[in-house]
Amino acid sequence: MADQTLDAKGLNCPLPILRTKKALQGVTVGGTLEVLATDPGAVKDFEAFCRTTGNELVTSTTEGNVFKFVIKRAR
Amino acid sequence: MSSVPGGGSGAKSMSIIVTKGSLDWAYPPFILSTTAAAMGLDVTMFFTFYGLPLLLKNLDLKLSPLGNPAMKMPMAGMHMGMPNIASMIPGVDAAASQMMSNMMKKKGVASIQELRSLALESGVRMIACQMTMDLFEYTLADMIEGPELGGAATYIEVATHSGINLFI
Repeated sequence: MADQTLDAKGLNCPLPILRTKKALQGVTVGGTLEVLATDPGAVKDFEAFCRTTGNELVTSTTEGNVFKFVIKRAR
Repeated sequence: MSSVPGGGSGAKSMSIIVTKGSLDWAYPPFILSTTAAAMGLDVTMFFTFYGLPLLLKNLDLKLSPLGNPAMKMPMAGMHMGMPNIASMIPGVDAAASQMMSNMMKKKGVASIQELRSLALESGVRMIACQMTMDLFEYTLADMIEGPELGGAATYIEVATHSGINLFI
């Protein structure tokens, strides 16, 4: 279970990433954030976001038409 | 800036020259600036010529299908273009703009107002071109809080330190 959950369903690029960035600031270092999204572009974008910011993309899964990402805040 | 800094390698700063102020062309600079800021980059936007009105307090963004053969709106399961002559009819451009705005809202696309606020909130530096302000007779009082004034040299100084420099 992630420490916090962000519902970004129905939002289109770049809002899921922008909301995630904001939500991560409320997560303690080493804590996790779960993000739910329906934008298919989010899959690649969350990988790129995590690679660039150094946060860890712990899991990236799909349940029906919902994409679920668990991100661990690096610092 | 935030407390989740950039970690990967590569550019750490980006600048964008914003030269277009129609509803459609307003998107790329604001999408890229907010995203880059979220990814830990220092971002500067330089608003010049028709990009400058994007800093006005009251945005009234419009687009025109005129001379834009790539603009095809999804309609009844098809994609419909509009003949150039239709744009000559009063009200057609306004209707097309309204149609685009409604479509964006329905698809969960942020408004330009929202992206602009998010950009400022995330520390994006905005420079309003002084020459364009004079040319089109605007003052800082017409603009939102946040932008500073500057000219070409101000932008070039920023660009010399930026890993990514875009002209939109």
